[in-house]
Amino acid sequence: MDIFWAFVVGGLICVAGQLLVDLTKLTSARILVFFVVLGCILGGIGVYDRLVDFAGAGATVPLPGFGNLLARGVKRAVDERGLIGVLTGGFTAMAGGVTVAVVFGYLAALVSSPGMKD
Amino acid sequence: MKEQMYEEMVNAGKPKSAVLQNCARAFLVGGIICAVAQILYNLLMSAGFTRDDTGLLVAAILTVTTILLTALRIYDRVGKFGGAGSFVPITGFANAIAAPAIEHKKEGLVLGVGAKMFLIAGPVIVYGTLASVIVGIIYYFVR
Repeated sequence: MDIFWAFVVGGLICVAGQLLVDLTKLTSARILVFFVVLGCILGGIGVYDRLVDFAGAGATVPLPGFGNLLARGVKRAVDERGLIGVLTGGFTAMAGGVTVAVVFGYLAALVSSPGMKD
Repeated sequence: MKEQMYEEMVNAGKPKSAVLQNCARAFLVGGIICAVAQILYNLLMSAGFTRDDTGLLVAAILTVTTILLTALRIYDRVGKFGGAGSFVPITGFANAIAAPAIEHKKEGLVLGVGAKMFLIAGPVIVYGTLASVIVGIIYYFVR
């Protein structure tokens, strides 16, 4: 059942993104930025975690989930270290995911070349 | 008159049905990616990983898979079909890092691969960081 709700909620968040593409002509980069900031704000006020409880990966995997991860990280860091945590929480939360993407993105660039179409 | 009305109807209907179709595809592709992620999540949780580690591992598996599909020019096709369904999930973030890195390889390993890797991921990280700092400051005073 949790797989079904992940599908539905994740799909709906993507539909929201698609509507922004089709109706506002915003570029995908702007939509991603908007979603991350939105997720961070909703995470900050504690709303997004309720969606995560309900939809699991359907809420964490779309980009607003990335924003929520940053909010959760910074709140945890502030709890542990006070104001210093403001400087470390966001980056600490995204460290693992960004590192994986950078390392494997780099390797992909080394072994693959732009001319390799089909 | 009739022809004109017909044309208006066609013009009114065309973009709408295109939007509808795009949304259906985004729903399908985005939904499937999230469902697969949930399956991975359930498997890793039952294997005994903590909630935090599971979240990171799921993101890592999706990221590595996407980058492989990007290098093989398969994720491109997913993107053409799925639209926002392919770039809104975390897999789109991974694709946004790998695709320009590969594409700008000829400009060198530093200003090509190294810099262009963050063409789209950069703004996401910049604004995400700024938002997290603001959230952190407010949280410090209201918690």
